[in-house]
Amino acid sequence: MDAFYIILTASLFAISCGLLGCFLVLRKMAMVGDAISHAVLPGIVIAFLLTGTRDSFEMIIGAALIGIFSTFLIEFFHNKAGLQTDAAIGVTFTWLFALGVILISVFAGQVDLDQECVLYGEIAYVPIDLWIGDDGTIFGPRALYVAAMTLIVNIAFIRIGFKQLHLTTFDPAFAATIGISVSLWNYLLMGAVSMTTVAAFDSVGAILVVALLVGPAAIAYLLTDRFQTMMMITVFVAIISSTLGYYLAVLVDGSIAGAIVTIIGILFGITFLFSPSNGVLMKKRLQRKEAQRLKAEAPLS
Amino acid sequence: MRIEAKEPVVEFHDLTVSYHKKPVLWNIDMTLPKGALVGIIGPNGAGKSTLIKSAMGLLPLASGYVKIFDEALDDVRHKVSYVPQRESVDWDFPTSVLDVVLMGRYAKLGLLSRPRKADKEMALNCLAKVGMEAYVNRQISQLSGGQQQRVFLARALAQEAELYFMDEPFAGVDAATEAAILAIMQEMTAQGKTVIVVHHDLQSAAEFFDWIVLLNMRLVASGPINKVFTNDMLQETYGGKLTVLAEVGELVRKRQIPSREKY
Repeated sequence: MDAFYIILTASLFAISCGLLGCFLVLRKMAMVGDAISHAVLPGIVIAFLLTGTRDSFEMIIGAALIGIFSTFLIEFFHNKAGLQTDAAIGVTFTWLFALGVILISVFAGQVDLDQECVLYGEIAYVPIDLWIGDDGTIFGPRALYVAAMTLIVNIAFIRIGFKQLHLTTFDPAFAATIGISVSLWNYLLMGAVSMTTVAAFDSVGAILVVALLVGPAAIAYLLTDRFQTMMMITVFVAIISSTLGYYLAVLVDGSIAGAIVTIIGILFGITFLFSPSNGVLMKKRLQRKEAQRLKAEAPLS
Repeated sequence: MRIEAKEPVVEFHDLTVSYHKKPVLWNIDMTLPKGALVGIIGPNGAGKSTLIKSAMGLLPLASGYVKIFDEALDDVRHKVSYVPQRESVDWDFPTSVLDVVLMGRYAKLGLLSRPRKADKEMALNCLAKVGMEAYVNRQISQLSGGQQQRVFLARALAQEAELYFMDEPFAGVDAATEAAILAIMQEMTAQGKTVIVVHHDLQSAAEFFDWIVLLNMRLVASGPINKVFTNDMLQETYGGKLTVLAEVGELVRKRQIPSREKY
């Protein structure tokens, strides 16, 4: 049962991250996802100091706001100071993350967070941390509920805003001319990314969550040329890598989140080489075939 | 030289636009007529694209205003269509030709509704009009430059607007596509729609447009082609550096079409 809970929780988080990641990858903003996942740290620590629990509703909202704030800072530095986007990202998220690290070390006694957990998360504790009702009923692992809620919110968001998200991703200038606010939808998307990152924080940590945001979406991008199919493949990759990752971790007796991301990396490598449409080896093979065909057809000289 | 349109659909009033405090358009003041095929002509960096972007509200204005159908853009958005430069989007985006054209219908749909069957039929019709019916389900990265431009035009047609702003629709397309696009534009203007095109080729400009706007950061001239497209005006726009200018003046003189008197 423990294995099932862990795999299910990991899959739900991976699906949430992957779906948002599809938009991030196509917007060429994958690293903004990275930035947000780090920048929310001070939000998490402050909310923890105020509320005393690690996965309260206030915490998710507070951290989501900081995520949006970091997006705003990145755009501000880029637009107002003319700083390159990647430099703006680098400055912003490291600064906010550092703030979080200082807060953790200063309040070490009061905050039940250590740097290791912040970086890598600990999904193995999911089955232990149960949600117990006032009358003592055990509802199951708390992280599982958080993961399910996060996925529901994300699916609702993408379902409602699909047209706007799709259009502002593909052709923002055109979207603006038909009256869609490009920056509003950008901030909404970043808000969703922040919320998801915070929710997944306990389980996978700040660094590995980036792999969940970018990896499955990047794999799907190489496998299809339709957006809806890309999202479907992303979901599939998220589930496969969570499952295989868990068993890899059991096999080597190592970190589960680390193993999941390792599987994502391996799947990406395989896709990169063998994807029927974009794979490096497949392209080479097609070229060779074409060259042979031309050679066979060419008149003797 | 500035000739006012009798039946204006677009009015620029004292428009100034700047990038990083450096003005790129100065004091543009003109009106453009209904039902005309308008060419915005000028050298590189003259602010041609900036002019239509500011008309579409994509850039902040330093001063002045643009009125469309005598109203603010926000009140008449559904009657205005904008075709960005082809290079402005990522053609490797995983989407099909039909999906791109359907985006032209988005403005007419509510927040939650998906495109309906009628929208799809409309999109297919528009694709047929631009001669792309064979490519409906093609992935957009497989299109040639001319085909990409046709898809953008189909998306604009799907908007069923009254006024069209197009940014360099003839850039890098082959002769067949050029003729096809021009034919569609002429059909649109015949129906009383107004098409405003950013264009950089002087030779073809002489053949394409009814109304010419000559621009070089400030407005050099705006008016019917036979009045405005003269050697003097072109030299003023381009600084008299081009030998081709004399030939173009000749072209315009040869092309004496009576219908041009309608403005």
